[in-house]
Amino acid sequence: MGRYVARRLLQMIPVFLGTTLLIFLMVYSLPGDPVRALWGDRPADPQAMARLKHEYWLDRPVLEQYWHYVSNVVKGDFGTSFVTGRRVVDVMSEVFPVTIRLALVAFTIEIVVGLTLGLVSGLNRGKIADKFVLLVTLLLVSIPIFVLGFIAQTVFGNQLGWVTPTVQDSNDITQLILPGIVLGSLSFAYVARLSRTSIAENLRADYVRTAVAKGLPRRRVIGVHLMRNSLIPVVTFLGTDLGALMAGAIVTEGIFNVHGIGNTLYRSINQSDNTTVVGIVTVLVLVYLVSSLLVDLLYAVLDPRIRYV
Amino acid sequence: MRGAKSAKWVAIAAVVALGATACGGGGDSGSGDDASRAVNANGVFSYQSNEPQHPIQPANVMETGGGRITDALFSGLVDYNPKTGKLENLVAESIKQDDASHYTIKVKQGWTFHNGEKVTAHSFVDAWNWAADSKNAQQNASWFADIKGYTDVHPEKGDAKTDKMSGLTTPDDYTIKVELASPVPYWTYKLGYSAFYPLPKVFYTNPKKYGQEPIGNGAYKFAKWNHNQDFLVKTYAKYAGPKPKNGGIDFKFYTSAEAAYQDAVSDNLDVLDQVAPTDMAKYHQDLGKRAVDAPQNAIQTVAVAEYAPTIKNLKDHAKFVQGLSMAIDRNTITKTVLAGSREPATGFVPPAVEGYKANACGEACTYNPKKAKQLIQEAGGANASISILYNADGGHKEWVTAVCANITQNTGVKCEGDSKADFKTALDVRTKKKVQSLYRSGWVQDYPLNANFLKDLYGSKAAGNEGGYANKEFDRLSAKADGASSLEESVKLYQDAEAALFKDMPAIPLWYYKTNAGYSKNVKNVTYDTFGKPVFGDVEVFKK
Repeated sequence: MGRYVARRLLQMIPVFLGTTLLIFLMVYSLPGDPVRALWGDRPADPQAMARLKHEYWLDRPVLEQYWHYVSNVVKGDFGTSFVTGRRVVDVMSEVFPVTIRLALVAFTIEIVVGLTLGLVSGLNRGKIADKFVLLVTLLLVSIPIFVLGFIAQTVFGNQLGWVTPTVQDSNDITQLILPGIVLGSLSFAYVARLSRTSIAENLRADYVRTAVAKGLPRRRVIGVHLMRNSLIPVVTFLGTDLGALMAGAIVTEGIFNVHGIGNTLYRSINQSDNTTVVGIVTVLVLVYLVSSLLVDLLYAVLDPRIRYV
Repeated sequence: MRGAKSAKWVAIAAVVALGATACGGGGDSGSGDDASRAVNANGVFSYQSNEPQHPIQPANVMETGGGRITDALFSGLVDYNPKTGKLENLVAESIKQDDASHYTIKVKQGWTFHNGEKVTAHSFVDAWNWAADSKNAQQNASWFADIKGYTDVHPEKGDAKTDKMSGLTTPDDYTIKVELASPVPYWTYKLGYSAFYPLPKVFYTNPKKYGQEPIGNGAYKFAKWNHNQDFLVKTYAKYAGPKPKNGGIDFKFYTSAEAAYQDAVSDNLDVLDQVAPTDMAKYHQDLGKRAVDAPQNAIQTVAVAEYAPTIKNLKDHAKFVQGLSMAIDRNTITKTVLAGSREPATGFVPPAVEGYKANACGEACTYNPKKAKQLIQEAGGANASISILYNADGGHKEWVTAVCANITQNTGVKCEGDSKADFKTALDVRTKKKVQSLYRSGWVQDYPLNANFLKDLYGSKAAGNEGGYANKEFDRLSAKADGASSLEESVKLYQDAEAALFKDMPAIPLWYYKTNAGYSKNVKNVTYDTFGKPVFGDVEVFKK
């Protein structure tokens, strides 16, 4: 176990280097000169352009820029953006908490609602409840998230007036509930369907029959024997989804004007703000890596037969 | 089949629910009881904005996000009348034009920065010298290029020889003497631009820190900057100029104009900056009397890349461009495709600009498909195929398509949009001179004077002239206008220069911009100036 964790952590280093290099190369190869674009339609000042480029290493070869960047990141310095003149660490410390909160709201809804629905429909396969869940999840899966976002905004914000159409204070978690539901709706539909299938399947498994035959109470059969075994595919999905929720917040954050990483990433890509883009994506990669490690470790808790070698 | 039946009911219910939400809506239009509601003189209103690109320092701010904030925090020597665009003194007591290259500016006494420091002649001169200095790499440095000695502090190559421009002197604490390198009769008009704002002494000790907590001399003082959220300014009690009728402005940052619009319609945002194209068709209905539709001094054109073979090899390229211009039905496109958000252009200078000449473009900008076809044929371009380069991220696709459809339909010239993903990619093609034939171009005034729409774009040596246009007659006339002894004369001479442009048309004027905006039920008296900026000081906030 300890060796396994150590090996996994070591594996993160090449993954981290590889992804940052890839992002760096991609951002670098985008057409257009981001420094020139600062002037827009107006003529640019070649002197000022040259100074900016030099100050922010943009006039060096890409690999040199990359090396300079990575060696600074290792020291905890994510650089300074040439567009905003702000340290990327400062920007990230403002926007990451917002999106983490948003993702957590979505994640909670995903687990609670998704699992409940999955359990209800899996236990009642073929009955009305099951059909209802299948229909609702089908609807959610097939509606693009921006449509859902606009509907929620119009209904709850403009017509019913329960909430303000956009989030007034991104740091207030109660205001993030509606965007969180929208963000999590697609995933909870998947969670419901995934858990429904595996519960329905395991319901016929030998160990469930044995448990029932032993005369165990129904709650124990479902809660311990059935659920625990049915959760493995769901946990896998949830693990990778946490990263996806954070990265996928771009659309939701745009509609509800939440000032999180989605919005910042979108703006930074538009402005070719390389340092900010690479910084945010790097942290997102780390989130993915850590959450998939946690998922792998959770397997053993759920199914002791799984061993780490 | 019990299950299937109930599933059908659920489906119907869901469809009904979705339909109801989609078709609902509609709102009330304008409230009529404004007169009876009390105004709170200390009320703060919120305003649609976006996170400034740079720290706030006047000579480095170019985009709207930072520009609007800078305008609230600072007051310049002069200002433009919000309605007429005419020049008015603000911090300047008087500006005397000794001749077209010598100016004497008297600064009013009694003005202070927000930290209490007095605003003097030095506050201006030192700021200008610092901004022009090439080692400070300020984006607006070229604004000082008229002043004598600029090339010493900002040489084309190498380091600056000195950090002071010889053309600027201060005989006493409240007088600035300016000598320009060459005559510019309309130089005072430039003084209203943000690059010319004064700076307090504390700026020079730590520009970086200053940029985060700026100290200006304007009607509003800095209160708080929550990055990515909002920027709050409060009314400055000791302001020496006209006092604002409100207590401050909360610049709320929106990443999409649609979100801001939603908030304005539901009274969570007080003043809009610009309505998004998607909401254009309904904002009058949603906001009623609170919808604003005001002229703005900006123009959209399709410029000609003179170097492109498709253009260069034509028999008569002037006739060709005139033909294209006549084939465009500006009235219909602005009304339908652009939902009335633009005004058909009749020249290169928008109406609220000093020196605007009505119908300057004349026949060449009037829809006339017959003549268009004839001109194209005479020009030997009947079989030409052209494209219009544009950036897909700016909402230009629809009108480019419409313009092209007009051209192909009326003249037979093949035309299509040449879309580039974003502005900087399109810009790159332009600066590298690789445009196929035509490109979308736009210009927003720096100052409301006709020279700004002409010389800076079409002079054969102008840096903004990316199409490679050269017209000796225009150059001669604009040189003459620059040599005029008075502003009025210069404005007149520039009108002649404008007329010279239409002989061979370096660009096709399409339409002038409008400010399409509005405000919530919490405020009144919201008007917009010719830059599309709300007149901040006039906004009145109702008591809650």
